[in-house]
Amino acid sequence: MAAPVPHPDKEPDAAPAASTRSAGRLLYLAGVILLCAWVLVPIYFLMINTLSAPETVNSFPKPFFPEFDLGSLQFFAGFAGMLAALKNSILVAALTMIMSIAIGSPAGYALSRFDFPGKELFRLLILLTRAFPLPLLALPLAVMFIQTGLDDTQFGLALVHTTLALPFAVLITFSLFSGIPIELEEAAWTLGCTRLTAFTKVVLPLILPGITASAIFAFVISWNEVFAAAVLTIENRTLTAFLLQSLDTPPLHLKFAGGFILVVPALIFIFAVRKYLFAMWGIANR
Amino acid sequence: MAEIQIKNVAKRFGAYQALHNINLTIADQEFMVLLGASGCGKTTLLRIICGLETATEGEVWIGGRRVDHLAPKDRGIAMVFQNYAVFPHLTVFENIGFGLRMQKLPDDEVKRRVERVAGLMHIEMLLKRYSGELSGGQRQRVAVARALAMEPDVILMDEPLSNLDALLRMEMRAELKGVLAESKTTAVYVTHDQVEAMSMADRISVMHQGKIVQAASPIEVYRNPAAEFVASFIGNPPMNFLQATSAGDGKWTVAGRVVDGPKGAGKPLQFAIRPEDMQPANEGLKARVRIVEPLGAHLLVTCDVDGAMFRAVLDSDMVVKPGEILTLAPQPDRVRWFDPETTLAVA
Amino acid sequence: MNARLLPYVLILPVTLFLCLFFLYPFVLVAKQAFTTGAGATLDNFREVVSYWKFPISLRNTLLLAVAVVPIQLALSLLMATMVTRMEKGRDMVLYIWTIPLGISDLAAGLIWLAIFEQSGFLNSMLHGVGIVDKPVNLLTFQNPGIVFVAIMLAEIWRATAIMLVILVAGIGLIPKEYYEAAEVFGASPWKRFLRITLPMLRPSLQTALVLRVIMAFEVFAVVAALGGTLFPVLMGETYAYQFDLLNSGAAAAMALIILAISIAATLVILRALRVPKRATI
Repeated sequence: MAAPVPHPDKEPDAAPAASTRSAGRLLYLAGVILLCAWVLVPIYFLMINTLSAPETVNSFPKPFFPEFDLGSLQFFAGFAGMLAALKNSILVAALTMIMSIAIGSPAGYALSRFDFPGKELFRLLILLTRAFPLPLLALPLAVMFIQTGLDDTQFGLALVHTTLALPFAVLITFSLFSGIPIELEEAAWTLGCTRLTAFTKVVLPLILPGITASAIFAFVISWNEVFAAAVLTIENRTLTAFLLQSLDTPPLHLKFAGGFILVVPALIFIFAVRKYLFAMWGIANR
Repeated sequence: MAEIQIKNVAKRFGAYQALHNINLTIADQEFMVLLGASGCGKTTLLRIICGLETATEGEVWIGGRRVDHLAPKDRGIAMVFQNYAVFPHLTVFENIGFGLRMQKLPDDEVKRRVERVAGLMHIEMLLKRYSGELSGGQRQRVAVARALAMEPDVILMDEPLSNLDALLRMEMRAELKGVLAESKTTAVYVTHDQVEAMSMADRISVMHQGKIVQAASPIEVYRNPAAEFVASFIGNPPMNFLQATSAGDGKWTVAGRVVDGPKGAGKPLQFAIRPEDMQPANEGLKARVRIVEPLGAHLLVTCDVDGAMFRAVLDSDMVVKPGEILTLAPQPDRVRWFDPETTLAVA
Repeated sequence: MNARLLPYVLILPVTLFLCLFFLYPFVLVAKQAFTTGAGATLDNFREVVSYWKFPISLRNTLLLAVAVVPIQLALSLLMATMVTRMEKGRDMVLYIWTIPLGISDLAAGLIWLAIFEQSGFLNSMLHGVGIVDKPVNLLTFQNPGIVFVAIMLAEIWRATAIMLVILVAGIGLIPKEYYEAAEVFGASPWKRFLRITLPMLRPSLQTALVLRVIMAFEVFAVVAALGGTLFPVLMGETYAYQFDLLNSGAAAAMALIILAISIAATLVILRALRVPKRATI
């Protein structure tokens, strides 16, 4: 093979390459912005509808800017049963949050700190629940709840939602606890702590932000759940169940205001836990 | 008074036997180093003394009190961890005072003791900082100060210097030795670094495959290794070994030369000599030079004696070339003998 | 406390809870599905399968999954790779892209209803540029295609984020050295994506697809909000059996059918994307 001849006109070649690169850069930026718009614009439309007077919501054509009229929201608040449904949603979600963390985090701790016979079987049970359309379980539970008097109660629904949130709570707390070196606990034991005080004085303060994130996660799982809520509650409907029921019935502005109220916690939630989102999913899915 | 006695301690992890029937007494105020390669069981033994691990069999006594059923906090010990385990959510002050607070000591007493040990470890100016704002060396100091603040009977250290760079390690080694001698506590120190062990220990326990092979003073371990393992593990480069066959009572043939050795005749032995215990002479072992490594202070020469690899540390002024044949005379009082069957030293 | 017992004490609450509210109801569903008043039978299955809406709802559910999941896979991979090479504003962009993760399917349905309904934003835009002069009712039985597209868009909008998060986390676990090595050997960005990212991402792709496909078979509220009865799906029919027809045996049979499809899909995905045991990092 001949030795490569040095190319005399190297510079003219470099210019198109640079322009290709900057064109690629532009395309990349445009893509990012487009995808952001894809997520945000639909939410913005819902916000326009929520913050406009009921007459505007039902009129045509739609404005593309909100008129900041609270009429729709006032109508939503005044609609029979709506505030009660909102209250139920918050209550059920709060119960779910407390139960799933209280029940789930000890197991997450056990998985991260101990090797014990049956550990794999336990992990399998947890993973099994994730491969299962859980809301379907609401059907037999409806019967069970009638027998035990839990039917149509916030607590009963919270139990089902806890089943939904529990696998996540276990796996997320497992990954959080695994991130705390065991030596920190051992050091605390040698410095005069019992297992319990080492946990409260060393592990808990370090893990609290992460626990909060997974608690919020549990809250949102419950807050968003539609099917089980609709199956298990009749009088004490949650917001999602109530809105599902009112889908066939006008008025439109009621649906949109309700939808917006559903979305707001999601925006806050994702913002609050954004630091943990990837760590949680990254390890929890191994 | 805090003497540590380890009686018949064994540890199994499932089918794996990590420790075999360990018996060891560590005197009050003694600095004992557990030395061995990774996986030899030294850390497991330390953790059993600490109470972080439970022995499968045997007893641990500290200061005349049986402690193997007690939690770590009730054993009168303090521990320094390999990765320091400085609590990230607390300041240096609160880290050092952590154990004292757990004992519910009054604030002024906590402050007094924290400031004293902080002074001892030269970290007074760091007391308000958090672990994340410290260098590795500073974290190390905090970890030691935290253990000292407990004023324990026994201080346990698990490779405390292994995460530091070489220069800092040398500095901390001397400092730690001084501080511990002054504090008059019994110390058990785990390391795989023989230089650290030699320079700090009152006594070294050399461990191999879950057993203590030899427990003796550093110089004794170096000069009179109790077994072939110790001879080849301690010393850099390690001891040289050559086959020796009996040539009548007290006489042994080594590489074609007859030398004086242990009384009695019969089965072959191993002849052993440290690389620095040889001099070029007119009479001695014929060594064909293979590699010459000038190390500054001296010359490391790798040779071939009677088909076996053989190293000698010579004066750096000597001129030696590969292929050359050296005649090396072992210093007679430094020669050691081992039984190849038991691998133990023969007197 | 005895250290040997402690882990069992700690996992006991979860185990009891899941036995009571997961395994036990699961057994109940199965029992309910296989019995009627007259003892063990397959009547419930026969009934739901022979109902005229069953083939339609099955077809709709599968069609929706087939239409939506590949697009989401491509989109989430694109977004994940875009994010990994981002230097400035990464957190902000990720936050925006993951917002739908927290939004309920019902809310997502309502959001897209605001766009597709008769006086909605799509009609307003079409009117604005002069394509239509009066609002067209898009979501009716005369426009099954538009109903399907609306549901598809809402599903893609809602559930791509969950795949994105799993894939971004997965890409984060791939050591940078592999890319640097490939770059040294002259691999183009596209080749690096094909030869390193994709194969090393297999475990995450598995998880993302399994979760997403199971979700696809459970699709319910989005469809309820946008299509109503125009677009029957399996989960919606299950709901109807339980509530409108008060036939819990049939609802249980439907639940088992959905479960069977989910398990079958999971197995197919795990098989297709399996990572040889010896080839893990």
